[in-house]
Formats: sequence, C-alpha cells, structure tokens
Amino acid sequence: MAEFPPPVRRISSEQTPNVVDPTNRNGIPEPIARAMAPAYGPERLRIDDVSIQYAGAARPAVNGVTLPVRQGEVLALIGPSGCGKTTLLRSLNRLVELTPGARRDGRILLDGDDVDAIEITRLRRRVSMIFQQPNPFPMSIFDNVAYAIREQAMRRPGRSVLMPRVEKALRRAGLWDEVADDLGRPALRLSGGQQQRLCIARALAVEPDVLLMDEPCSALDPISTGVVEDLIHELRANLAIVIVTHNLAQARRVGDHVAFMYLGDLVEYAPTEELFTNPRADRTRDYVQGAFG
Amino acid sequence: MSVPSPVGAPRSRWSRLRGELRLWRPLDLVGVASAWLVGALLVLVAASLLIYMGYKGLQYVNLDLLVSRPQPGSDQSQTGGILDPIIGTLLIIVIATAIALPLAVGAALWIVEYGRPRWLARVVESGIEVIAGAPSIAIAIFGLAIFQLPLFSWASFSADGGGVFGRSFIAAGVVMSLIAVPSIFATTREALLSVPRHVREASFGLGKTRWATIRRVLLPTVRPDIATGTALGMGRIAGDTAIIVLLLGATLQLQAGSDIPGIGTLQGTGSTLTSYVYNNSPTGEGNAPEKAYAAAFVLMLLIIGLNLLVAIIGRRRAGNDLPR
Repeated sequence: MAEFPPPVRRISSEQTPNVVDPTNRNGIPEPIARAMAPAYGPERLRIDDVSIQYAGAARPAVNGVTLPVRQGEVLALIGPSGCGKTTLLRSLNRLVELTPGARRDGRILLDGDDVDAIEITRLRRRVSMIFQQPNPFPMSIFDNVAYAIREQAMRRPGRSVLMPRVEKALRRAGLWDEVADDLGRPALRLSGGQQQRLCIARALAVEPDVLLMDEPCSALDPISTGVVEDLIHELRANLAIVIVTHNLAQARRVGDHVAFMYLGDLVEYAPTEELFTNPRADRTRDYVQGAFG
Repeated sequence: MSVPSPVGAPRSRWSRLRGELRLWRPLDLVGVASAWLVGALLVLVAASLLIYMGYKGLQYVNLDLLVSRPQPGSDQSQTGGILDPIIGTLLIIVIATAIALPLAVGAALWIVEYGRPRWLARVVESGIEVIAGAPSIAIAIFGLAIFQLPLFSWASFSADGGGVFGRSFIAAGVVMSLIAVPSIFATTREALLSVPRHVREASFGLGKTRWATIRRVLLPTVRPDIATGTALGMGRIAGDTAIIVLLLGATLQLQAGSDIPGIGTLQGTGSTLTSYVYNNSPTGEGNAPEKAYAAAFVLMLLIIGLNLLVAIIGRRRAGNDLPR
C-alpha cells in the first residue's frame, strides 16, 4: 500500500464548525481555503450504481447510488432517517448480506476488484467497521484487540508476538496511555468513549484499507465525540474513511466530501464546504438549513 | 428495645406507612393485602416443609448412614446406610449432564445462530418443548422400550434367552439427559437472543467466521446462563423418580452388569436417593421410614445446594454484562 503524505487539514471547517462564514478563522477567504484543500489519493472504493432492496419493502432502501471513496479522505453520508445511508455503508463490507431477504444490485469495487469476488473474511479485514453502539467483546482490553488479529478461532500466536501489534493499534486509537497500565481489565469496565476508541483500535488492528463508521459518536458525550473526531482527522491520512452521521455539524467537521441521500437516492455529492454553503439541489439546501430532518 | 425517641424526631416508619395507606383506594388495599397473604402462605408452606424435613432428617442422619451400604433387612436397624443411592444419584447426574449439556447448547446455538433449514429448526424447537412438557414416566417407558431392543444389549445385561434387561446406568443416564435438555436449551437460547446484533456484527466485521464468533464471543458471553440452566437441569435430574424406577432398576445396591471394572457399573443397575425414598417410604412398600426421611433430607440439601449455585452464578454475571 502506497503511503501518502498526510493531507493538510482543511482550515475552513476545522474548529469553527457551525459558523457559516465566507472567511475562516485565519482570515483566508473560502475559495482560497478550498483550493488549499488536500490533493486526495487514488480511489480505493467505488460504489457503482448500487441498489439494495429488502424483501417485502415497497421501494429499494438504496437506489442506484454511484460514489467514489478515495484514499486520505473522509466521505460523510448524511440524510434523514431511513434514507438508506446505513444500508449503503453496510453493503460496503457485505454486512448487509446478514439481513435475510436483502438483495444488492450494482457493483462495489475495492481497488478495482469486485467485492463479491473477494473472500468474505478477507474483505472484512480490508474494509473494517465501527458501529453506533460501542460494542467491545466481554473480554479483556488486550483480548479485544488481539481477537481481531488472531486468525479465526485460533489462540495462536501468543501474547508476546501480539503485544507490539496490540500496542500499535491502541496508540493509533489514542487509547494506549489510558489503558497501558492494566490491559487485563475487562473492556466493559471502560467508559463509553473509551469503549468506542477500543472498538476503533480493534478495527485498526486488522490494518484495513477502508474504515466504515456508522454514527460512531451518537452514543458518546461531547468530549468523547471531540476525541473521536480528532482521531478521524488523524486516521484519514492512511485510510479511506466513510462515516454515516445524523449530525450535520459533525459531517461538516470531519467530512472532506459529503453525500446527501434522501429516500434511497443520492441527491448530491460535493466537497463539504460546497455542499453546506452552496448546495445545488433544493432538497439539500432545505436539509442542511434544517427545514426538515 | 425501648429507647425514648428524641424530641422532634421524624415520624416512625409505621406511622408514615399508615398515613400513606389512608390515601389508597379500598379495592387496592384489598388487592395488596391478599397479595401479601398469598405470599406469606407460600413462604409458610415452603418453610414448614423445610423445617419438617430438617427435623425428621436430622434425627436420623449420621455419618455412619452416609458411608455404609444399604442392606436387605426387615427391620430398620439392619438395613444399613445410603451410600449406594448417593453414588447412584451423583453418577446419574454426571452421565445425564454430560449428554444433555452439549446437546442442548448445540441445539440452541444452531437454532439461534443458523436456524436453517427453518422447518427443521421449528421441528427441533417444538420437539424440545414437548419433552419439557411430557411426564417423565412417559419418557421413561419409551426409553425402556428403546433400551430393551437387541441393538442395545451392550448397555445392560441380557438374560440367558437373549432378552435384554434394558435397565442400567447407561440407559437411565441417557434418558435422564432428556429431562435436563429443556432447561439448558431454554436459558442458552434466551441468552443468545439477548446478545445484541451489533456484537455479532462487530465480530463478522473483523472478518471472523460464524464459528469463530460463536466460540470466542458468544459462548463466553452466555456461559453464566448455560451454567444456570445446567444447575437447574441437574436439580431436575436429581429429583426425578420415574426414570430411575423404570430404567435403573431401583435395586438396593449397585449391581455391576458385567465384569469389566467401571464400565460394568455403568452397565449395571442401582438406585438413587429418590428411588430409595420411594422404596422405603412409610406409605409405599417401605419398612424403613426413618431411612426414607434421612435420604429425603440429604436429597433436599443436594437440590438446595444446586439452587444456591444458580444464585451465585446469577449474581456473578452482573458485573460483566454486555451493553444492551
């Protein structure tokens, strides 16, 4: 996997999330700030005319969506409840197949390969996922991360071999300093924010190419949310990240591109600031301005 | 104790309760009063059972009784102890649990985690429900019919003419395992169903197979529930009489079915505490009521012990719960 230089943080949307302001905090006019935005890496994931239909549903949950996901960027999926954003996200690592009666049309390409052709356990290690509820397993902190690394049900390799990789994953998730003194503690004793970062560490431990996040902060308090969002900023240098969020301010803070979905359709896809300040579709404008939700 | 209450102290609990009750509607008062009455009655029944059995039992239980073998005799002073029934009870519990545990947990895992083909899952589920509802005497007579088939001549001893006796620890243990399956199955299934979907998906999302998820995530999660169901099932096994009488022979002493050490015992007949109580009870054919009381007391202690185990296991799980 080619290493890309960490993209310059977009200055405009970073620390002043809710202010719609033609100039950002540093006084750089918006168009220039946009021009300063990072050059994105190559496309890692391509969603190509994907439709998903649940058995018994009148209309498809996702309807002919095409989207690129690039290395080094965060793609934020927004839209009202039931718009299909989570379903689309879950189709990217074929988790949607676990729902009985769900059917997907269209292709999803990971580095040019159809995800249907990739062996499923391998695909899910390359396209890792964070869930809405922090869901550590009922084991120790160490074992939670180690479980991700270990091959299937095997206990090998041993603790000493795994330790460096567990530490690396916990450091990347920004949790190491808080838990290093007692890795044997049950993971369920951690706070909600720590649990979610543990889940991120677990997802990173398999060294994925793409990280999927399904409303990762909706169960967290504002401080933990800030920590996780900072983490997303740091992680996007080496990963392609797709995040589903209900929180428009969050989409604006962490997203590089935003896709707005409504009733299964992709309404608009644009760079974040453009979508929020100058939406092309009326429905997008109504939604981001809070006319409906 | 009559300690004078300091001046200005808050009203006593009792007078506060009286004040509160005055606000209640009469019908509610009647309802609450009868609920308390019924509850107290049930406690009274349970308590008097325990006290009576304890009083009767403790009179006759002594160490000698527990470690000596039962003997035939027409007078209680000659009939020996209850060592063989105790061994028989433990043997049956071990055999039946060893069979029931993997069977029930496997069935619960299959039904909750796979559930395909669906018609078969439904058949198995209602089959277990039927077993749970069937009287054990019916299960016992069916089991006897099975184990008397020539096919199972290895499981017990055969008469000279080739007739298979069909009664042995193997036969009783196997059939007794059916008694424990429903409770283990039910607690395991409920526990699995209460594990949130996103916990499984977290494991699948890491590229784990269903089997790896079951082994490393689900089974450790539901282990306390499996233990609870198993302890309950053991209680049912220890308390069943019909299967013992029909399938273990309810003989006074352990009688090996063949000369092979160990296995011979499994092929042979014996008794448990329940059948011992039945055979010696004052209203049955028994002539040793004191021994029956003693054995019933020991049996009750055993089952209370199992229930305590359930309580302890149930309490331990509190700290290690998943987010629901």
